[in-house]
Amino acid sequence: MLYESSPVAIAIFASFVLAVVALSFWLGRKGQSAKGYYAAHGEIHWFINGIAFAGDYLSAASFLGICGMIAFHGFDGFLYSIGFLAGWIVALFVIAEPIKSLGKFTFADALDAKFKSRGIKLSVAISTLVVSIFYLIPQMVGAGDLIVPLLGLPHAVGVILVGVAVTLIVVTAGMVSTTWVQFIKGSLLVFFCGVLTSMILSRGLTVNTGSLEPQTRSVTPDGRVLVDGQPQTRDHDLRPVGTLAALPARYGDATTTGPLGPLEYLSVLEDSRIVTWSGKKSTDASGTHTVFTPTEKAGADLLKPGGYFKGLTTGKLADKLDFASLMLALFCGTASLPHILIRYYTVKDAAAARKSTVVGIAAIGAFYVLTLFLGLGAMTSGALDPTSTNMAAPLLAKSFSETLFAVISAIAFTTVLGTVSGLIMAGSGAVAHDLVENVLRIPMDDAGKVRCGKIAAVGLGIVAMALGILFRNFNVSFLVGWAFNIAASANLPALVMLLFWPRTTKEGIISAVTVGMLASLTWILLSADTFEKVYGLSRDASPVPFSQPGLVTIPLGFLVLIVVSLLTKAEPKGKPA
Amino acid sequence: MAANSEPESPGPGRATRIGFGLFWIYVILYFGFIALVLFRPDVLSSRPFGGVNLAIASGLGLIAAALLLSVVYMVAARVVESPGGEKR
Repeated sequence: MLYESSPVAIAIFASFVLAVVALSFWLGRKGQSAKGYYAAHGEIHWFINGIAFAGDYLSAASFLGICGMIAFHGFDGFLYSIGFLAGWIVALFVIAEPIKSLGKFTFADALDAKFKSRGIKLSVAISTLVVSIFYLIPQMVGAGDLIVPLLGLPHAVGVILVGVAVTLIVVTAGMVSTTWVQFIKGSLLVFFCGVLTSMILSRGLTVNTGSLEPQTRSVTPDGRVLVDGQPQTRDHDLRPVGTLAALPARYGDATTTGPLGPLEYLSVLEDSRIVTWSGKKSTDASGTHTVFTPTEKAGADLLKPGGYFKGLTTGKLADKLDFASLMLALFCGTASLPHILIRYYTVKDAAAARKSTVVGIAAIGAFYVLTLFLGLGAMTSGALDPTSTNMAAPLLAKSFSETLFAVISAIAFTTVLGTVSGLIMAGSGAVAHDLVENVLRIPMDDAGKVRCGKIAAVGLGIVAMALGILFRNFNVSFLVGWAFNIAASANLPALVMLLFWPRTTKEGIISAVTVGMLASLTWILLSADTFEKVYGLSRDASPVPFSQPGLVTIPLGFLVLIVVSLLTKAEPKGKPA
Repeated sequence: MAANSEPESPGPGRATRIGFGLFWIYVILYFGFIALVLFRPDVLSSRPFGGVNLAIASGLGLIAAALLLSVVYMVAARVVESPGGEKR
């Protein structure tokens, strides 16, 4: 669909971004030490850090991806919410306190606290960079997607805007301003999603059948876009979709319910009939055509598992394993994400780490409950763009008012800013602190460490911008799933075993991180999803039985660590490797 | 025990043990839910409470359980870490 930018939207958006960058400069005006740059002097209050956890974690995939998935496929999007939150249980109960007591600036510090090994630092720094970059790509792609309807600018401009703003934020004040950006973003996101949910509930559900004629979007070989055979213009565009066909019988002839309570909303929706749209792509000599067709479904069918994860209903074992693997990776991945782990170094002690995780779980849990209502509200809003699931939440806001649309889009953009700044912070720490200082052993004074981190941040910002433009057609949630799988496979076995198995050796850790990372990466590159979506090949050509690697590669990481640790002799006490 | 334990790994204090107990409770809840999704989706379609179906009720329940367990952990850890707490 074509979008018209409005001056109000641009003004609100610009004020958000400028306010965030200005705050960053203000916070960064003081002189900095390395501890200030990488770990905010360990002085962040636990409550601020807890909300910043939410800001860090609730990325474009959570906000845009999950809402869109629920809006188009129903309950299955909520499974992502459940899995993303469950991961915090591992973080809180298993990882939070030990990692706080072991580390200094980075995740590699914690893994290496016992052995002082360059090999560990090198392998963990590389895995941090790989996970951060895989997590960066969908954020940048999401930023570009948002800019198109909001400002009417090309996708690449959105990516560059985010890249420049984030690099400025990180370079000006490091972890201090990164934390505050995430705090502001986390608070705004939960608050405005709460506002939007209360508006959905007070609007209730209204029957709006709309036109059920199929729609076709074609792209000709010379790049022209046609809608139903005619050139796409604002007056001749795809129709917005997502409507309620009928209310439950108990409403008789009424076409609207009026305000509903949260559980009542879900209950009425379950007894209603809903029209969802799906697209089917084909290619011929005249171009690529996507035909969007409507299907009327019972609400009860949309609110049960199986709408997106088709394997849940086909009964095929490989499909079931694929789903189980994804849910395992979501459970194990959170506590292995470097940009989440470094946030434990910004508070003063283990008790503060624990308290900030609880605050984070409360904010993130509340947000994920809201995503259910946002997604279902969008599903019946009559405002969805059939070509873009990512735009469901902003377009839902637009169905209420232009101002709300601008605010929600600006928050979504700030969401990307917050997450990307955390990722670049983690990546720059891996390069400057782990690789340059500890692996290459280049001597640096305190100012040198900060300078090196800033140079690394600028470099990573440029890489992120390039990848965001390169991967623009990728599905955001799909890429985030990759990042979780790689993080869980490479980092979790080493982290858990180091903390709880005394016979763990440095060789075991290096092998587990390296094998976990390479195995999950290789599996992903050979998966049916990648064959189809990336290489454009047949799914059947894939040599691996299912697409999500976690079910195999996470246990593999543990196995490799145990076997290698048992085979290698422990270093004598007092002689670091 | 291994000779390579310098500095010592943080020993499993009482707070850590409580954390482990709560962790396993959640593991059972979470993977029990995943098992239902995989093998008995019909159960999740049922509406035992009249209003919302079991799929949504258990999803919301898992989110609430995460928060509840984390608060229990925070309080329990504070109690055992208070002066004399480890002896209780």
